[in-house]
Amino acid sequence: MLSYAVRGLTRRHGVGGHSVLANDRIDLDVRQGEVFGVLGPNGAGKTTLVRQLMGLLRPDAGTITMFGRDVRAAPDLPARLAGYLGQDDLALAELPVATAVATTARMRGVPRAAVREVRDAILDELGLTAVADRPLARLSGGQRRLACVATALVGDRPVLVLDEPTTGLDPVARRAVWGALQRRRDAAGTTVVLITHNVLEAESVLDRVAVLESGRVIACDTPGQLKASVSGDVRLDLAWRHEPPADDPTVAMLAGLATTNGRRWTVRLDPATAREALGRLTTGAALAALDDFSLATPSLEDVYLTLGGASRDLERT
Amino acid sequence: MTIVPDARDAPAILAALQPAPSLEPSSEPSLEPSLESTSGLSLESSLESTSGPSTVPLPLPIPMPARLGPPKMPLATRFGTAFGAVYRGQLARSKVGRIPLLFVASFQSIGILVLLRGILDVDNTTAAGQVVAGSTVLVVAFVALNLLAQRFGALRAAGALDYYLTLPIPPAAVVLGTAASYATFAAPGTVITAVLGALLYNLPITGLWLLLPVVVLSGVCLAGLGAVVGLLAPRPELATIAGQLGMSIVLFLGVIPADRLPEIGRVARDVLPSSYAVDALAAAFQPGVDWSKVVLDLAVCAAVGIAALAVAAVTLRRVGTS
Repeated sequence: MLSYAVRGLTRRHGVGGHSVLANDRIDLDVRQGEVFGVLGPNGAGKTTLVRQLMGLLRPDAGTITMFGRDVRAAPDLPARLAGYLGQDDLALAELPVATAVATTARMRGVPRAAVREVRDAILDELGLTAVADRPLARLSGGQRRLACVATALVGDRPVLVLDEPTTGLDPVARRAVWGALQRRRDAAGTTVVLITHNVLEAESVLDRVAVLESGRVIACDTPGQLKASVSGDVRLDLAWRHEPPADDPTVAMLAGLATTNGRRWTVRLDPATAREALGRLTTGAALAALDDFSLATPSLEDVYLTLGGASRDLERT
Repeated sequence: MTIVPDARDAPAILAALQPAPSLEPSSEPSLEPSLESTSGLSLESSLESTSGPSTVPLPLPIPMPARLGPPKMPLATRFGTAFGAVYRGQLARSKVGRIPLLFVASFQSIGILVLLRGILDVDNTTAAGQVVAGSTVLVVAFVALNLLAQRFGALRAAGALDYYLTLPIPPAAVVLGTAASYATFAAPGTVITAVLGALLYNLPITGLWLLLPVVVLSGVCLAGLGAVVGLLAPRPELATIAGQLGMSIVLFLGVIPADRLPEIGRVARDVLPSSYAVDALAAAFQPGVDWSKVVLDLAVCAAVGIAALAVAAVTLRRVGTS
């Protein structure tokens, strides 16, 4: 069963000469019970896509069905089936965390008698119990975002649509969110559609990922398959303490291949060459200049760049 | 950089890396973490390690649950439940910042009462009754038109209407729930204004129970209008200005006795729904109350109120989903 089937979805923002094609003939299938990611740089059309999935924007062309039913014929479907986390939280800003969660639960039809239990469970799950009585506006940015995630998750919808749920969260909170999503997926078969521009998040929690660039889906597969499809190369990152010896043959070879960012070099090489080069560097004269290095298989960022993605604002951590 | 990694350990690390079975990217994705961990310095991994991966294990791809049927369709939430939840949430919002508003709303009306006391002939109970009723309805207008227009204007500008529009609730519950929470703070102000006015102008207070239906119905009416104004305003500043303008109109047309208005003023007064609330309440201060007229006035208020609320609900959906 497909939670979402999107066909030919097209949406333009603005009119005339200043209009932007935010979504351009997007086709997507989101299977029930998967964590599906939308990865892309700022301005790729990710938010436009999920706002259409939630019925907040009307497509110019194309169709969206949820569990086989056309969303345009039944505009109340997304609100009933999906919990949504948007980018702005002004509606909740002045509410204490516990009240925001409890009233949202009521609005999703949680019975009055069960609200307290449901509320406390989610606050505990996301580590918000200590700040339950404080208004969202008085929390740190990360905790505030986490409280909004709690309101999106409460009430156990079969689908969750989350616009950058972990932006601004510290690693502990981020893992708490990932864990909460995974638990719902495993226990109840919840479908999760989440936007991210964080490569680490995409690689560690997503079952499948669609890579968006300028309103188009340029790739859609599991993170592993995407990475395997683009290249057999590995990435060697080097950071130099000071200028490396230019006469060192290994350094000269790498310098010719590297993309540099100050004293940080990134080189894409086949695995054997990379291992050899690193071996020579760390045993030779260049070692004195070497500050840091890492060797890694291709990341989704490499996938994005290889597929023709132009933007550099994907996050790695 | 504060942490200086010892790159001299690199050969040892590299040696440990050597027996790694494969660097082929086609191998299992789980290989990558082990590769990453061989980096000389991984700020990322040192950060991540503070998160205590043991408390919440990093979720790795888990086999999907077998064969799921279509989910049970959750029901839309009933109006009463949604109204209650919006009301409770908005009330919690206001605990800190809204108390001063209570004073502002009634001081303004009390000020007008005192001011006109010096001008008006107190023996004219018709005019006196209307001044008191007009001032009382002004408290409602302040909250419903002015504050609600501001609130919805701000929500629209921030894109925060998404929160309500993605919940399975009737939009009218959002408008009415928000209005009711503001009204909770305005209610004492209407009582104070009406009682103080009756005392100042020597009017009977036996008919003051009419205050309840008048405040509720004019509240629904003006709240609906206030929400529409706020939602339609292209910028939040315009919503504020429009709300204040609306309040001023209610003030002038409500407080100035109808027989002293010019012709155009009387027409405007007949169009303005709050006038009917003022008339109904003004009747309560008169010796002989024409009940059929009071009921008719209140019925007009109720009808306009329902219409305004319906328009506000449609506007909320229309503006929020473009």
